[in-house]
Amino acid sequence: MIPAAFEYHRPTDMAGVLAVLAEHGDEARVLAGGHSLIPMMKLRMADVPHLIDLQDVDGLSGITVEGGRVRIGAMTTQSDIIGHAALAEAAPIMREASLQIADPQVRYMGTVGGNVANGDPGNDMPGLMQCLDATFLLVGPDGEREVQARGFYEAAYMTDRADDEVLVAVAFDAPSGGYAYEKQKRKIGDYATAAAAVLLGKDGDTCTSASIAMTNLSDTPVWSEAAGAALVGTSVDAAAVDAAVAAMLGDIDPTQDNRGPIEFKRHAAAVILRRAIARAWDRA
Amino acid sequence: MAKKMHIQMTVNGEAQEFLAEPRELLIHTLRERLNITGPHIGCETSHCGACTVTLNGKSVKSCTMFVAQANGAEVTTIEGLGSPDKLHVLQEAFKEHHGLQCGFCTPGMITRASKLLEEIPNPTEEEVRFGMAGNLCRCTGYQNIVKSILAAAAEMNAAKEAAE
Repeated sequence: MIPAAFEYHRPTDMAGVLAVLAEHGDEARVLAGGHSLIPMMKLRMADVPHLIDLQDVDGLSGITVEGGRVRIGAMTTQSDIIGHAALAEAAPIMREASLQIADPQVRYMGTVGGNVANGDPGNDMPGLMQCLDATFLLVGPDGEREVQARGFYEAAYMTDRADDEVLVAVAFDAPSGGYAYEKQKRKIGDYATAAAAVLLGKDGDTCTSASIAMTNLSDTPVWSEAAGAALVGTSVDAAAVDAAVAAMLGDIDPTQDNRGPIEFKRHAAAVILRRAIARAWDRA
Repeated sequence: MAKKMHIQMTVNGEAQEFLAEPRELLIHTLRERLNITGPHIGCETSHCGACTVTLNGKSVKSCTMFVAQANGAEVTTIEGLGSPDKLHVLQEAFKEHHGLQCGFCTPGMITRASKLLEEIPNPTEEEVRFGMAGNLCRCTGYQNIVKSILAAAAEMNAAKEAAE
């Protein structure tokens, strides 16, 4: 499997990246870990005449946790996330989710930036970022701008990012309370049949806040505001969980593919969300 | 004809320098250009791990990396771990514990395992299975692969203790 020929660029700063993007427009694409883009190029489903490798661009990787705010550079790998003690302390859901992405070799290469910017409905980070109410930092010819994760995804592979912009970091407030990232997949390395990211706040026996996002059950990640609202103010009893699951099922729109028919995916989504809520509540 | 670029990399301790199209995949560079045929092409779709090499200290699937990305990198393949005269502890353990049948996945398995044991010198069986999840074997059912890696870990730890 040989991809079409391309010109390779390896700039050492963002100015260099933006210059290539400005010159070549939608004929140019940035490459992070490459484990989504390279397979697409090998299958000739993506044609990239100008490939801009970000590996030498300064300041794009690294994790900071300061004053309850977490910032993760776009070139930070899943493996970096798994090994970062301060992040595991501040936002353990990041580690829990990253451990469920692909396999060890892919996690050494796969990056947060690539995972969130590519817009693949199968990627785990977009739903997780919506659950965390994260902000994405984009850099383009007119400077920097911030976009909320919950408003970033438009359709499969279509996001709010313009062709001449680069996603350089994600940031979010360290969550409190209970958390769970639950994922059903056919085998190691497969995308989710259904996955759920859940964050729950608890005061006494009462749920004080809830954020629920689902992965690979629509052409974008689905942050289900109604599912969260169904839990807030309750003791997360069976009736509340039923209501949350029903609300989530009203928000997703899965399609049939080789992971199963629509009915099966809706069934799997419900099972996964129930497990995630139970685990998050137990930890809250 | 696409423009060729000047590539330099160190493979198994030896400096290599050549001209290549940036789209060339690292596995093809290793096998066809440098005649380093330990890393195998199994699926060529990032699933099977037969092409695993160590690149700048990371286990990577060399079918999912352009040679251009590896420009300047340090690469280790199975050939850099042991030789027929002096097998690596892992190679010895795979031989001893029947960690292979047809042997096709073995170079990738051992290359990955060498990195895993560097990161976790004394792994549990669960850690071995989780850490080896990117390598597929269609013969053994994995049981003896896990056994071999655990045996190699014990051997390496014993050698380390004896040296101290």
